[in-house]
Amino acid sequence: MNVAGKSVPHESARGHVTGEALYTDDLVTRFPGILHAWPVLAPHTHAMVTRLDAAPALEEPGVFTVLTAADVPGEGDCGPNRRDEPLFPKEVMFHQQAVAWVLGETLEAARLGAARVRVDYEPLPALLTIEEAIAAESYHVGPVHLARGDASAIESSALRFEGELAIGGQEHFYLETMASIAWLDESGGVAIESSTQHPTEVQEIVARVLGVARHQVMVECLRMGGAFGGKEVQSNAYAAVAALGAWKTRRPVRVRLTRALDMALTGKRHPFLARYSAGFAADGRIEGVRIALYSDGGWNLDLSEPVLWRALFHADNAYYLPAAELTGYVCRTHKTSQTAFRGFGGPQGMLTIEEILDQAARRLGLPPELVRERNFYRGGDTTHYGQIVKDAGRIETIWQQLKQSSGFDQRRAEIQRFNTGHAHHKRGLAITPVKFGISFTATFFNQGAALVLIYRDGSVQVSHGGTEMGQGLHTKMQQIAAESLGLALEAVRIMPTRTDKVPNTSATAASASADLNGAAVLDACTQLKERLAPVAASLLECAVHEVRFGGELVCCDHGSVPFRQVCEAAYRQRVALFAQGYYRTPEIYFDQQTGRGQPFYYFAYGAAVSEVEVDGFTGGYRLLRTDILQDAGDSVSPVVDRGQIEGGFIQGVGWLTLEELVWDAQGRLATSGASTYKLPSWSEVPDVFQVSFLEGATERGGIFGSKAVGEPPLMLAISVREALRDAVAAFGAGGVVTFASPATPERVFFAVRRAVAEREALASPAGGAARR
Amino acid sequence: MSKISRRRFVEGTGAGLVATTVPLQGQTAKAAAAVPHTTVKLTVNGTVHRLDVEDRWTLAEVLRDHLGLTGSKIGCDRGECGACTVLLDGKNVYSCSQLAVWADGRTVQTVEGLAQNGKLDPLQEAFIEHDGPQCGFCTSGQLMSAKALLNHNPHPTTDEVRAGMTGNICRCGNYNHYVESVLAAAATLAADSRRKA
Repeated sequence: MNVAGKSVPHESARGHVTGEALYTDDLVTRFPGILHAWPVLAPHTHAMVTRLDAAPALEEPGVFTVLTAADVPGEGDCGPNRRDEPLFPKEVMFHQQAVAWVLGETLEAARLGAARVRVDYEPLPALLTIEEAIAAESYHVGPVHLARGDASAIESSALRFEGELAIGGQEHFYLETMASIAWLDESGGVAIESSTQHPTEVQEIVARVLGVARHQVMVECLRMGGAFGGKEVQSNAYAAVAALGAWKTRRPVRVRLTRALDMALTGKRHPFLARYSAGFAADGRIEGVRIALYSDGGWNLDLSEPVLWRALFHADNAYYLPAAELTGYVCRTHKTSQTAFRGFGGPQGMLTIEEILDQAARRLGLPPELVRERNFYRGGDTTHYGQIVKDAGRIETIWQQLKQSSGFDQRRAEIQRFNTGHAHHKRGLAITPVKFGISFTATFFNQGAALVLIYRDGSVQVSHGGTEMGQGLHTKMQQIAAESLGLALEAVRIMPTRTDKVPNTSATAASASADLNGAAVLDACTQLKERLAPVAASLLECAVHEVRFGGELVCCDHGSVPFRQVCEAAYRQRVALFAQGYYRTPEIYFDQQTGRGQPFYYFAYGAAVSEVEVDGFTGGYRLLRTDILQDAGDSVSPVVDRGQIEGGFIQGVGWLTLEELVWDAQGRLATSGASTYKLPSWSEVPDVFQVSFLEGATERGGIFGSKAVGEPPLMLAISVREALRDAVAAFGAGGVVTFASPATPERVFFAVRRAVAEREALASPAGGAARR
Repeated sequence: MSKISRRRFVEGTGAGLVATTVPLQGQTAKAAAAVPHTTVKLTVNGTVHRLDVEDRWTLAEVLRDHLGLTGSKIGCDRGECGACTVLLDGKNVYSCSQLAVWADGRTVQTVEGLAQNGKLDPLQEAFIEHDGPQCGFCTSGQLMSAKALLNHNPHPTTDEVRAGMTGNICRCGNYNHYVESVLAAAATLAADSRRKA
């Protein structure tokens, strides 16, 4: 390996640091006469639109037109699965939903115009919480079931308990808000520059709205300033507004959401409510669980159904569940449409089983890490949906290695000493594992494609089906092509993602894009080498099988020629110098009816140890140290993967400890900016932060032996939540510690109060509560 | 400082709105005249610009929409994320929260002005070397805050880097890489100055 497996800079690094790397909205000044769009926002959480009069807006200077349902030549619905996402709704389904869009010569004109659109509403009652939706039986989906064994085993278990866990959502806060620019191309089609993870779906939705064939629509994504799942389907509507505006006005149209609009209008990670009962043997082994997962899907279906399925698939995390009865519902509420977010339901499923395991440990008086370890999958085990856990032994290997390298046992003892000596500050330590299934659970999405062009001077362009959002996909594709063709990185240029280069692509999602598109790039390069080898063999006067590619040369045992010379010779011999590559993941399938199959090609494993210190006076805490050991296979790009692991972990810490979405009693999102919605920043990074890769972890079938790394590390942050629980427990008398997620300082404070009260009650014969 | 006070700005904007004017290319001179505007002299990345700006325009708007310097990004529109950070007379400021008129007579440095004659600044080199940017959207702001930090503290500790860069959010969570980048750049600069001495 010369290029793959090496730490190379991000493909756009130079552009990033010079400001030359362009994002969608940076292109605005390149479009003279561009119109700016601003939405007309409904001031109700649930209401019927009884009248919409756009005429007053047209009197506003600088307003060009107002887009309403009457302008839609095709079908005014952006729903990717169900047709349940009207672009211009008659029924308002969440606070500040857009009911019309104003186009102006400036953003300000559009904004002033939007304020003058006259809309009458008939307000209706709204469902704002999961509990309200359950009571009203308001579901998009459900119940769906996944089961194994007989969960009634719980009734005869030595330890039985039940409980409930409320899990908060998460705002993506991709730093680049939603952005699209649309214009009519020279032959009357529509071209769209969109910040999207899924250009093909943008193309599909725009074609649907305009009532044209998909070949009339071209979508390009240069790169995104972060996406994290938030731009998997939710870019569609904003691209559709821009395209519809361009179609109507024949002028370029820009849609760029301000941060406040983006937070008000776009979907978030699903809040979940988990209700469970569990049975354990006295030694801490799980005997059975019953778990009902209710997700808050918001106003329309979006991706909520596969998110729910992934939650059910991951309700085992790394543990063997001999008997499991899992039920899932997607609740329909009057909120933004919750959507994909890094982990895609997996984190919520895993958080639930970790909650159950910790409670079992504390009830049994066993160390939580021991209970976790006793329940690990072992070689040959199958999951609760019948898939063999490939490389299950790695869970235990990672666990033991990490316990060793982090000095876990020794630090346990040190922390005990610290806690004994400090009444008002307590430290906590926890180790938690991650097992995350890689593949789209909808089998047909698991395909990738690429187009590789070699020019006569030996320089190469690669187009592939994935988009770049900072995860380093383009970097890996560049490395794979350069490695395969034996070229330097600079000889390979990754082209912006366009639907007219590679059609019918899947979303860049599910951590699978390097696997899918990388294998496609490799396929194309392999074909090209097969065509170039005979040409080189004739130049070198050797046998075809002796030909090798490397060091920008084509070589045989007795000589070499420059790659570019072979390309020129191939051209003159009329050999085609471009190829399409294609890949589909083998061996995967799943049957929702029976709840059985093999939805994942492989699992990514990891574990984290985190240590925290909690201030009992305030509930404030500090993350002192985190050690991570991640199975990334044979990493294609170690520096990129390290960034994904650290960044994913930090984002998970945000989800589990800081980031709290608050809706008020009227269903208005109260946390509408970074001033009220606390994001992880410099002070939330662990004081000591050590990240390592599992060695000798070749993934058979992965691209160059590598594994997916985009999502799995997010769930390593569960170690922080469990460490907080451990610290809170140290304030108490060893009882169960519960708090909803996120574990904000406020929640930790009240949990500490409960723990202290419990200890005092036990310590005083008269009872602590009576004394006060 | 500019002659434009906060009070005058607020009043001026209000008057402009009451007069319902959105002055733009292609509109009447009468409409444009109704919005208070001021001719300012800005030195941006070493080039002097004389610009007629509306008093309500932010520095970020002028840089991005009128001078074509799109390296500074708009992440939150209201001084919460740091993506629009530039140097104003050497000090890091949120350009989305600075009026362009306040920069009259002052010097502005943006990310586009860091490289000199095609040679990258040691900070830029270090950001590439240590994989600072993931999505890259916060990067220009991080660079400018780091530049300001090293301007007044050439030998920062890890904690000083973290403190100095507070106010610049990285949603990709790549903070450690940014810390490493800044420390590496500081070391390079120190070695360079030793060589020159």
